[in-house]
Amino acid sequence: MVNIKLSDDKIIRIKDICKSFNNEGGELINVLHKTQSTFGYLPAEVQEIIARELNVSLAHVYGVVTFYSFFTMIPKGEFPISICMGTACYVRGGEKVLDEFKRELKITVGQTSDDGRFSLSCLRCVGACGLAPVVMVGEKVYGRVAPDMVKDIINEYK
Amino acid sequence: MEMIKLTIDNKIVEVAKGTTVLKAARKAGIDIPTLCYFELGDMNIENKPGGCRVCVVQIEGRKNLAPACATEVAEGMIVDTHNIRVLNARRTVVELMISDHPYDCLICAKSGNCELQDIAHKFGIREIPYQGEKSTYRKDTSPSIIRDVDKCIMCRRCEMMCNEFQTVGALSAVNRGFNSVVAPAFEMNLEKSPCTYCGQCVSVCPTGALTEVDHTRNIITALADKTKTVIVQTAPAVRAALGEEFGMEAGTIVTGKMAAALRRLGFKYVFDTDFAADLTIMEEGTELLNRLGRSLNGDTSVKLPILTSCCPGWVNFFEHNFPEMLDIPSTAKSPQQMFGAIAKTYFADKIGVKRNDMIVVSIMPCIAKKYECQRDEFKVDGNPDVDYSLSTRELAQFIKQANIDFINLPEEDFDHPLGESTGASVIFGNTGGVIEAACRTAYEIHTGKKLDKVEFNELRGMEGIREATIDFDGLPINIGIAHGLGNARKLLDDVKAGKSKFHAIEIMACPGGCIGGGGQPYHHGDSSILKKRAAAIYREDVGKPIRKSHENPDIIKLYDEFLGKPCGEKSHHLLHTHYFDKSTEVFIEEQ
Repeated sequence: MVNIKLSDDKIIRIKDICKSFNNEGGELINVLHKTQSTFGYLPAEVQEIIARELNVSLAHVYGVVTFYSFFTMIPKGEFPISICMGTACYVRGGEKVLDEFKRELKITVGQTSDDGRFSLSCLRCVGACGLAPVVMVGEKVYGRVAPDMVKDIINEYK
Repeated sequence: MEMIKLTIDNKIVEVAKGTTVLKAARKAGIDIPTLCYFELGDMNIENKPGGCRVCVVQIEGRKNLAPACATEVAEGMIVDTHNIRVLNARRTVVELMISDHPYDCLICAKSGNCELQDIAHKFGIREIPYQGEKSTYRKDTSPSIIRDVDKCIMCRRCEMMCNEFQTVGALSAVNRGFNSVVAPAFEMNLEKSPCTYCGQCVSVCPTGALTEVDHTRNIITALADKTKTVIVQTAPAVRAALGEEFGMEAGTIVTGKMAAALRRLGFKYVFDTDFAADLTIMEEGTELLNRLGRSLNGDTSVKLPILTSCCPGWVNFFEHNFPEMLDIPSTAKSPQQMFGAIAKTYFADKIGVKRNDMIVVSIMPCIAKKYECQRDEFKVDGNPDVDYSLSTRELAQFIKQANIDFINLPEEDFDHPLGESTGASVIFGNTGGVIEAACRTAYEIHTGKKLDKVEFNELRGMEGIREATIDFDGLPINIGIAHGLGNARKLLDDVKAGKSKFHAIEIMACPGGCIGGGGQPYHHGDSSILKKRAAAIYREDVGKPIRKSHENPDIIKLYDEFLGKPCGEKSHHLLHTHYFDKSTEVFIEEQ
């Protein structure tokens, strides 16, 4: 349907993922999960190949991608930052921490900074409520984060 | 079949297992209001997402109200369809829907045909107790269809038609919650999607979210311009449906009144697309016999089956989906475009009017025709062969606007010469009609014999895919017929895989053919209306003194005076076209 601008090896990897689910339309969500975990995000061209391989309409693929908040069409930053908005973190000031990250990075939740280094997302409980409020950068967990610590955390990765 | 007994509103009802409460109630003559639910019986078209909750009923023993459209009956079930709790729930649902809907009824194209408006009226809703944000979205205008998503109630009927029945896949529900809309992939405009403009989404949309692009005002301007000669052509299926817009019984033929109305609207010449349909048969029938003859003589370069090319939704569909088979469809233009090409050459010369001073208007049961007449290959130096196309609905609106008392109009005839037609051309309006008309002519040309009986009943019917073998005096011709693009896709997949046994295939995009076109009066899911229109078309055929295209005296004259012979050089130039690969035309724009 569209002119595809992806490299050949990427196309082959997407096709392999589709094939591992027998190119079945009913496996669309699983295919999207696997593809996003491989590429980090689901750009338009990737959705087009998946639509073609699974023989479902491109509009349907886009519909599913935009329905589930887990799927994203925006590439994640090199250092993805997640702020816990679970009950414990929230009542202990998680939102203020999030606001500080937004202000420092000049992006909102779901976005990636212009230099591609940081992206911002929220999550629900990492099972470390005793350390609330919790922030994760990549796999690293920061506990008892206060808004005035945000700048230092970001500087660790600059 | 296992039968289930249940009680609905104190009436005992017996229905087959698996029936929904809604259908059981309807069988018992009990009306349950619906909004998202849609059914076109006989065509296997059904939409029951159970999303709107307008059809909720109370079932004894259940805590929550149940949607009747999506709840199966059970033995001994006791259903109450209209108690206070149910009525209040329905009212709340509709009030919430309207709270996020523009109050545009006065100027909405769907006003009077809107199912949301009907329900609000029926429920006596006079104020909306919910104040708050309304969802807004950009308006998207394509050559044929306007999307105004602010009026969408997310019933998803359009999505069902586009994906399941037509397999076009242009529309899907996207995003979530308050932000959800029905849109093409990446929320592109319809024009950049694989949309074929078949208009079936418009014909099932309960509100004004999907409507057609209206050219009535341009036509009024042209009619008021003394320097222009404005002529009109009317497609076969229009005469079998237009009367419905004036309260006449479905299946009433209004050919004469329609001609009279068009004359009163100010058209200088009132002509008939049926004339061009006869011309199409001459060209397409000749092409079929040419291809068949060459193939039988062992010419392997000839492609069979030949596919009909009258339907612009279908043409768009194969250009998008089967670009590797663009040499299979007949190269004959559609009747609308043949008419325009002849009107602006042959007829314009005859009456001494310059091409640029002639405006050709078409009245079509279709909204893809609006796109078709704008295609570049149907223009000469930027001037289109057909300037504007109106739907049946728009013509009715135009007649009402002009204060013409349609019901009491006298029956008038079309003008000559482009108004003369045969029974063969009228049946173009029904699925199977084009190929039947082609058989009437191709049989007589091929065999040199007269047909005893012009009807080919084996080609008629409402089945989505039909096939028949017609005996051309010892030569068996295998014919396939499909209506609905999903059915067409099945036949085309076989052709692509080299498994098709057909010599010729007729395809129409809409259910029932043009009688069920996207521009026809709304049927609101009543398939008996389509059947009545189809029967009316066949009655009109029987009533015609001439019933074979090649016997149309004005067609014979047209070839004698102007075109020469079918598929000759002049015909080739004026009456044939070529197709484009549109599969790569859908671009993803950089965000």
